[in-house]
Amino acid sequence: MPETFDEATTLKRRTFVAASTAVAGLPLLTSDRLPASASTPTPADQLSTVRLTVNGEQRTAQVDNRTSLLDLLREHLDLPGTKKGCDQGACGACTVLVDDRRVNSCLILAVMAQDANVTTIEGLARGRGEQLHPLQQAFIDHDGLQCGYCTPGQVMSGVACIAEGHTGSRAEIREWMSGNLCRCGAYTNIVSAIEQTAKEA
Amino acid sequence: MATPVVGQRLSRVDARRKVTGAATYSAEHRVEGLLYGVIVNGTVARGTVSRISVDAALGHPGVLHILTDFGSLRLAHPVDRIAFYGQPIAVVVAETLEAATHGASLVEATYEQQAAVTDLDAPGIPSQTPADEPDYSRGDPAGALASAQVKVDLELTSARENHNPIELPSTIARWQGGQLTLWDKTQWSQGAARTVAGALGIAVGDVRVHNEFVGGGFGSGIQTYDHVRLAAFAAREVGKPVKVVLTRRQFYYGAGFRPASRHRIALGSSTAGRVNALAYDVRIENARYQSYTDGLTDLPQFLYGVPNTRTAYRVTPVDVHSPCSMRGPGVVLGNFALETAMDQLAHELAVDPVELRLRNEPTQDEVNRIPFSTRKLRECYETGARRFGWSRRHAEPGSRTDGDLLIGMGMATASYHNNRRDCSARARMHADGTAEVFAASADMGPGTTTSVMQVAADALGLPASAVTFRLGDSSYPTAPLHAAATTMASVGSAAHTTCNALRAEFIRRAVADPNSPLHGANPADVRVRDGRLETSGARDSYRDILRRAGLPSLDITGNWGPGDADSKISTYGYGAVFAEVSVDPLLGLVRVRRIFAAYDVGRVISPKLAHSQAIGGMVGGIGMALLEGTVTDHRDGRIVNASLADYLVPVNADDPDLDAAFINTEDPQADPIGVKGLGEITIVGVAPAIGNAVFNATGKRLTDLPIRPEALL
Repeated sequence: MPETFDEATTLKRRTFVAASTAVAGLPLLTSDRLPASASTPTPADQLSTVRLTVNGEQRTAQVDNRTSLLDLLREHLDLPGTKKGCDQGACGACTVLVDDRRVNSCLILAVMAQDANVTTIEGLARGRGEQLHPLQQAFIDHDGLQCGYCTPGQVMSGVACIAEGHTGSRAEIREWMSGNLCRCGAYTNIVSAIEQTAKEA
Repeated sequence: MATPVVGQRLSRVDARRKVTGAATYSAEHRVEGLLYGVIVNGTVARGTVSRISVDAALGHPGVLHILTDFGSLRLAHPVDRIAFYGQPIAVVVAETLEAATHGASLVEATYEQQAAVTDLDAPGIPSQTPADEPDYSRGDPAGALASAQVKVDLELTSARENHNPIELPSTIARWQGGQLTLWDKTQWSQGAARTVAGALGIAVGDVRVHNEFVGGGFGSGIQTYDHVRLAAFAAREVGKPVKVVLTRRQFYYGAGFRPASRHRIALGSSTAGRVNALAYDVRIENARYQSYTDGLTDLPQFLYGVPNTRTAYRVTPVDVHSPCSMRGPGVVLGNFALETAMDQLAHELAVDPVELRLRNEPTQDEVNRIPFSTRKLRECYETGARRFGWSRRHAEPGSRTDGDLLIGMGMATASYHNNRRDCSARARMHADGTAEVFAASADMGPGTTTSVMQVAADALGLPASAVTFRLGDSSYPTAPLHAAATTMASVGSAAHTTCNALRAEFIRRAVADPNSPLHGANPADVRVRDGRLETSGARDSYRDILRRAGLPSLDITGNWGPGDADSKISTYGYGAVFAEVSVDPLLGLVRVRRIFAAYDVGRVISPKLAHSQAIGGMVGGIGMALLEGTVTDHRDGRIVNASLADYLVPVNADDPDLDAAFINTEDPQADPIGVKGLGEITIVGVAPAIGNAVFNATGKRLTDLPIRPEALL
């Protein structure tokens, strides 16, 4: 029986019992050792050059045609503030503004954003990031966040929700913010942040 | 005396970084020469891989390597055969994420398939008594049940649940010589370092794990799953840094889950509402390769003063991957059974549910026969009922309406053991009068970075702005896993103890230093505030002491541990949760209208963040009560709803305004800062309170979670 390293698989009253893990060290399959690390080059017709404005700045990137706007931001433009939570348009963590409309950036190919004007969480504060957008400050004040991972999407979605005028009541805010999941459960405080910011806008 | 920093309604110290996108999560670290790894998952639940074809994938532009031989690795499950659907069979490494993803889709495997069973209710599958969960009994439960004047006997079930934090499991692995650095989404950096070292057969000292920001966990980041080990393995094999981020679909196979459960609970009571018998049998799904148990029997044994009690815990091993802890592990489901049965008993006795619980308050911990440290449960009931408006509840089910809707109120007790573990911390005072405190803890959302800072600031006599608590690095002093509501008591107490020692060291140096205005003073007379060390007549400061000593900083490392306190006192958090629901009788739709909970969790360090955690747990409880359930196709073991579109979690519109209050108290016997854990208890009473409210609205006793509309039609 090999020593176990899978500690604390169970968290119970007064005791954290390590599970024992019996593992045979036999190979699943024997594969060839790694080939030299050279890959087939990507054919030119599968690459595109995308020009777009991100946070007021002209950006150009050569991307694989399959690249989503989300992956363009996170993996190519060094803007990881926009989050990937599902890559399927179900969680809203990747919400950005494209030409002032909120979109799930995981559902848009980067090539579809040609000439678009994209605003991400990194571009929301004014004065080189010094002056927070009122909704960012309201999220801090109302504690509309816990782990923070859904927060950029919530904030971007909230900015659009206010601009759309969907803030007539807390119920209306809830409805129009329901594309952004928060698993920590900060919804009550998110609604308060948006409600206050909309009132003061 | 300066205003204590503990108890102040501070905003979280990292909030600005989180709302501006400047908080860097595991997958987002910039690492030169990074490659992308994508895991290929097997598509049978039991068998072996007979052939795996990688040629098409290797020919795909951008694909560099495909790893299929994990034989040198130690994984949590067997590596020589397939033990569950979705088990990794290959890792495709490519120059881009797109190429790796596409390449992974081109890997083809054939299997020697064996008959698999993934359903814990399948006939003929034997259940087992886990070694760490022997049957429990006190008194004569069978006799007391048989002779009870009033009996309740319920069977209950719950579906499997997946944690689904919004951040996906993510790992970047980089080797430099024999040194491995991981940026990993883990709730326990030092556990991850040990597990990966063991998996790869290297020294734990050669692994360093960073996890400064953790995008939710709820238990899914405690264990170090395949993707972490495979990222480290792949990076070593290909000689370059590799990033592996699971897809949302892969999350359902790549991390554990809250196991599906089956319960039977019987209560025997006098007509006066004195419960004198309790029998509880519970069974959960398990993997075949690893035993998993959690706190299911805890509250049925402990919560009420029932003299005749027995519990029996069983597991049913099937061909699935292993469950793991999910918020309120086990305890929340054991409590669902117990509190549903108590509500039914109250109904049958025609006693108010709160009153029934008050009649069964124990005077000591009946399981261990030791006194409670603090148990302010009566205050929780009183505060919760008053602020919720419990007196407006109609005792007769189905008797209150709002238009076409049926309205109901329900309540449940909550409790969770106050887990504390040994923890170390290092405190460092800098020459500019600011301080840092270090421990290898994590902050997946409760606000540890803020709350431990608050404790440290008071111990050092510094304002909040002068103190930083640093976590998220396995090289920091040893801290327990960030789970099981352990962190505040353990890490907070270590910070408190260590900062007290650092403050004392400065006082010692000052009174011994002929050049200090405090020279010769009695150390006990020296007070520290705003970084100044003062007696009634003289004053020194951290800055001046360091300047005179010519030191850029002064460090001290300290430890705290609970010792054997748990053998002498019973320390638990408590709560009372009140819910109001509406039920549309035509559609079967349940909507939660309000939840209010009152908690005794000892001293509250950071009230603003504690409130967020309390209401956040309610959202998890709403999901558990009404929405969440993982569906397996038992023909092949595939999970049918492995996405956030099909696995329903509460959205904003599913939740009303939620609120909670804390009983003003502290538990000095539990730990030096008087706290009891908060993270887990916040979910423990929610689902039963909602279920009981549905009963009050409709008269239907629903015992299967989640409560879906079809159950009410």
